[in-house]
Amino acid sequence: MGSRGSHAARIPDADSIRRETGFSQASLLRLYHRFRALDRNKKGYLSRVDLQQIGALAVNPLGDRIIDSFFPDGNLRVDFPGFVRVLAHFRPVDEDDSSMRDPKEPEPLNSRMNKLRFAFQLYDLDRDGKISRHEMLQVLRLMVGVQVTEEQLESIADRTVQEADEDGDGAVSFLEFTKSLEKMDIEQKMSIRILK
Amino acid sequence: MLRAALPLLGLPLAGAAATEEPTREPGSPGEPPPGLALFRWQWHEVEAPYLVALWILVASLAKIVFHLSRKVTSLVPESCLLILLGLVLGGIVLAVAKKAEYQLEPGTFFLFLLPPIVLDSGYFMPSRLFFDNLGAILTYAVVGTLWNAFTTGAALWGLQQAGFVAPRVQASFLDFLLFGSLISAVDPVAVLAVFEEVHVNDTLFIIVFGESLLNDAVTVVLYKVCNSFVEMGSANVQAADYLKGVAYLTAEMASLSAILAVTMCGLGCKKYVEANISHKSRTAVKYTMKTLASCAETVIFMLLGISAVDSSKWAWDSGLVLGTLFFILFFRALGVVLQTWVLNQFRLVPLDKIDQVVMSYGGLRGAVAFALVILLDRTKVPAKDYFVATTIVVVFFTVIVQGLTIKPLVKWLKVKRSEHHKPTLNQELHEHTFDHILAAVEDVVGHHGYHYWRDRWEQFDKKYLSQLLMRRSAYRIRDQIWDVYYRLNIRDAISFVDQGGHILSSTGLTLPSMPSRNSVAETSVTNLLRESGSGACLDLQVIDTVRSGRDREDAVMHHLLCGGLYKPRRRYKASCSRHFISEDAQERQDKEVFQQNMKRRLESFKSTKHNICFTKSKPRPRKTGRKKKNGLANTEATNGKPPRDLGFQDTAAVILTVESEEEEESDSSETEKEDDEGIIFVARATNEVLQEGKVSGSLEVCPSPRIIPPSPTCAEKELPWKSGQGDLAVYVSSETTKIVPVDMQAGWNQSISSLESLASPPCTQAPTMTRLPPCPLATEEAQPFHLPYDPRPSFAFPPSLAKAGRSRSESSADIPQQQELQPLMGHEDRTRLSPRTANSHWCIQFNKGGRL
Repeated sequence: MGSRGSHAARIPDADSIRRETGFSQASLLRLYHRFRALDRNKKGYLSRVDLQQIGALAVNPLGDRIIDSFFPDGNLRVDFPGFVRVLAHFRPVDEDDSSMRDPKEPEPLNSRMNKLRFAFQLYDLDRDGKISRHEMLQVLRLMVGVQVTEEQLESIADRTVQEADEDGDGAVSFLEFTKSLEKMDIEQKMSIRILK
Repeated sequence: MLRAALPLLGLPLAGAAATEEPTREPGSPGEPPPGLALFRWQWHEVEAPYLVALWILVASLAKIVFHLSRKVTSLVPESCLLILLGLVLGGIVLAVAKKAEYQLEPGTFFLFLLPPIVLDSGYFMPSRLFFDNLGAILTYAVVGTLWNAFTTGAALWGLQQAGFVAPRVQASFLDFLLFGSLISAVDPVAVLAVFEEVHVNDTLFIIVFGESLLNDAVTVVLYKVCNSFVEMGSANVQAADYLKGVAYLTAEMASLSAILAVTMCGLGCKKYVEANISHKSRTAVKYTMKTLASCAETVIFMLLGISAVDSSKWAWDSGLVLGTLFFILFFRALGVVLQTWVLNQFRLVPLDKIDQVVMSYGGLRGAVAFALVILLDRTKVPAKDYFVATTIVVVFFTVIVQGLTIKPLVKWLKVKRSEHHKPTLNQELHEHTFDHILAAVEDVVGHHGYHYWRDRWEQFDKKYLSQLLMRRSAYRIRDQIWDVYYRLNIRDAISFVDQGGHILSSTGLTLPSMPSRNSVAETSVTNLLRESGSGACLDLQVIDTVRSGRDREDAVMHHLLCGGLYKPRRRYKASCSRHFISEDAQERQDKEVFQQNMKRRLESFKSTKHNICFTKSKPRPRKTGRKKKNGLANTEATNGKPPRDLGFQDTAAVILTVESEEEEESDSSETEKEDDEGIIFVARATNEVLQEGKVSGSLEVCPSPRIIPPSPTCAEKELPWKSGQGDLAVYVSSETTKIVPVDMQAGWNQSISSLESLASPPCTQAPTMTRLPPCPLATEEAQPFHLPYDPRPSFAFPPSLAKAGRSRSESSADIPQQQELQPLMGHEDRTRLSPRTANSHWCIQFNKGGRL
């Protein structure tokens, strides 16, 4: 399809984005189309409202937090590179990627650590590098159904923090977070196949 | 099966039954008994159930025997052993009866033996894993089975055309297709039996096992189609019929087979069944299913072995047998490789070569194939006997040879094994988070993939299905995070109860050192106190000044008893509830388990996280102290120790379920860092309260939560300070006696409320919740460490207490350590109780203590 090529050409700095995120040309194009579709007024960036329009996201208990993660540092808009950069966390890890990579380069966005960091930031609302008991409680409140009472939630939160907390500061640091998940196949669980 | 087994069983039975059966005879009145009716032979009346029972008995005996030697079962899969046992049994019977008319009958197999196994496997199938790999499973089950059937059938036909099969095997192309379709079925029973012991990784297991479960449906349908073609006769089959066959196939697939239906039933009902029934019933359901399935499986394999002995049923042809063996192995491997290649294009985690090898090799044939081949009509399929023989060989080869070698193969190939680790709350929570994140990202990307649909389904389930299929109070149970939390709690509680025995025995050593006391007086006064509830009238001032060692001993003894007596009582209860299940008992048990657990949690948390050295160092000085001192000192030492173990336990109900309680107590005093010391304080104070009665009043006090767990408020009513709080203010000069009980009472109320919230549906909880002040989370955030500490830095513990604490030999040594640890613990443990209420209590105490 001839138009495809022209579409791809129209993506601003397609090459640098691809280098940074590791997306294939097809995925990038797909994301670009999606970006344009979400961008209702063709203003060239997405605002919170644009993302909130996605119906299913409103039902998602973590929807707001995920939307927030598209707008780091209190930005009100996200352009296409930023949009892709967030989604790059969910690109599946491929083996040859890590072997070919230059050690001097920063870790790819879809590395285990970065995937974990993305998840961690959803918990860590105040960005102090720790999931406090309070933050844990908030997440639990979102995740656990209404049928569990506040008291029980609190005891669950306590227990959860206690479980992961190794230095006894009453909060879960990123290190402790990764440690509590070290048995889990994060590369698999935090990847979406179509985002090759 | 039953009729068939008669010759086998009749022989040994003739002896056994002749002696056993008649003894029951006289018990049946009605008929005028002739003199010799004692020895009437009534075999036919009990034949069917007797045979069933005997089969199960033999099967379970075999299982038990196999399990006796770990070495054998670790090398040889159980299915192999069972088949071999069946062969031996069959051989014996054949030798005795000369004629073996028994065998695995298809009707019995499909109606009675297979359903329990399939239901069991469906029920215990990890549904998440199953649906995660549904695409692969369906591909292998449907495409793979079709591929296997057609290629094997065609290849065998080719073999016959090429002249490798003896001409006496009269079979057409359709016959071979029919044979191919029945021999291609990977058998769930065999696969399960082997793979459960091999412990390959979850993905591999679910793919092989899911395939074997689902492909039965395909196989049976294919078999039916082919069979109908064969019965029509190949000459009459026209092109249109093939089309019809395909239509029939589709229709049958749509309506699915019974096996598939049962599997799905098991898969689907698990969640709702488990949510709706109690924990005990869940255990019952679980074990019933496992037992049924295990019995059926054992019987199948044994019957398979027995059937194989019957040589009249089969005829041997080497070409056919070897050809079939080769082709099923070859085509399965080829099919797996081809399908995996296609599947890997779509899979996030591709299946690697090793997985493919295991999958090809794990294609065990079993009883399904055998049952199907037995079902063939000999008049329509002249080569039936050859097919039977071939099937038997194939089944035996796959189950025995492949079953034996798959374990070493898995080891040799270093297949990723499944790793079992305890579920942790963190993992569970984060897994949910990941699910939601992925669903959200799929939304953002605009791709409606797997995560999207799973999220949809979950919402649908939450909104409608669960509402429809679950008790209201059961919603909570099915929440996975809650479930993990609950299970962790239970596990902790169990491990604690297990450890309770140690505590008892260790403290039991202190028993002989105590003077014997008049237990009659003790109980009588206890009763008196209970009835009158007039503890507040006692002259406490006198008690306060006199502090005899004996009272401490009483307290110790009391702690010891209520700690030590706990376990047997619980056991008794459990045995009781087997016959009489009351909701109340269950509730109480839950409460107790919860109490125990919370205590355990705190203990383990403290010891593992913060003061390992603390707990280690503590008992030592105590022991030395005990050795050094005699008489009063001795009692002091003993006093020091048991309350640590047991006193803690007593007040666990108060303090530990509401964790902030502990913080409160420990914060409030400089010297008393540990909660158990706070409890000593409690015990002693109340001891003093009741001392005038010249008996251990502590019996009344400390156990209040524990001894009368179901109705704590009632207990509280009986407690002296409760009935006469106003009086206390008048009579009591030492405020400590008042404050602590009040505090305990508040704590007790809260612990009860928290327990109720656990044991009862949440709706009943509103009142208890209102009782609790809101937790000032914001302030906690701001000052995680210092807030609980700051409000009362100048606070001095009541003198009596401080003295008591110091009187113990170890207290001074421990203080620095404790102080270090204190803030962390305080912060950690703080939960529900608002500092506000706590402060008010302790402020009173502070003031009054100052006055003192």
